[in-house]
Amino acid sequence: MTRLAAGIGLLCSLVAASPTSAADPPNAADLEAELVCPVCETTLDQSNAPVAERMKLFIRERIAAGDSEQEIKDALVSELGPGVLATPEKSGFGLLAWLLPVVLLGVGAVVVALLLRTWSRRRAVASPEPELDPELERRVDEELARFEG
Amino acid sequence: MARRAKLVAQGVAIGLVALLFVLLAWSLATDEGGDLAAASARGERPLAPDFTLERLDEEGELTLSSLRGRSVVLNVWASWCLPCKEEAPFLEQVWRESKDDGLVVVGLDAKDFRRDARRFVERYGLTFPIVFDGPGDTLGGYGVTGFPETFVLDRQGRVLETFVGAVNSDEDRARLRAAVRRALET
Repeated sequence: MTRLAAGIGLLCSLVAASPTSAADPPNAADLEAELVCPVCETTLDQSNAPVAERMKLFIRERIAAGDSEQEIKDALVSELGPGVLATPEKSGFGLLAWLLPVVLLGVGAVVVALLLRTWSRRRAVASPEPELDPELERRVDEELARFEG
Repeated sequence: MARRAKLVAQGVAIGLVALLFVLLAWSLATDEGGDLAAASARGERPLAPDFTLERLDEEGELTLSSLRGRSVVLNVWASWCLPCKEEAPFLEQVWRESKDDGLVVVGLDAKDFRRDARRFVERYGLTFPIVFDGPGDTLGGYGVTGFPETFVLDRQGRVLETFVGAVNSDEDRARLRAAVRRALET
């Protein structure tokens, strides 16, 4: 029991010290990979367009001011629109982009499963197991009897 | 059962393809931009797409169609755009010269930060109305492919002349002044 408590305590301390902890300041390089230059439409880390350079500066200023990753993204969306996000938002209309592929995959899987089931049934009906030739059956029985005897 | 499932699958596939065609047709039918410059170069006078945008020079919004009855020089710019800095003083000059004759110069700041845009306006002493379109949603309708671009509209809101790039050379400046005169005469 004491070991279990110590283990849980160790786990908690590891989680608290994790580099992805919410209390850590956001990483500029990570943000630059998740945001898009509105002029050249590549991620900021791939762009040196003037507006991309300005966005990079904005990100560094906001990190220094203590903003969280989400606050920085929200501020950029408020200035330049949702098009600056490399991935769509997980709310509102953007949620559709996340859900639609999953829904379509599900529908596709159901359709394929139905088709497979019906095809396999049809094959079973269309080609019943052929009956053994009586002469051959007799020979097999003889051979088996000889083998067992 | 097998036949029914096959029919359903075929129906779904045909439905999806039909949906894609409808979306393509809708996109083509509603795409109103991209050829304003070409149309005005051919001597046509296409109607400038309307917009309502937040103002940066004062509180509130500005709707382009509310300026009908006046000629408009619509200048698309951004604070990070170097040629925009070069032409800004000339546009201010045109505005000051002709505002009493019925001309409005409208600066449309796009793909930019509000704070940077305000700093730009202050630095170049711009006194004409400035609207803000951070995402650049209006640009497609005008066929804007780069910064700056300038459109001269007559009193009915039709595009008389388009300038792709900065209005910097003497020739371009003379052409803009001539277009403004024509716009004011309409």
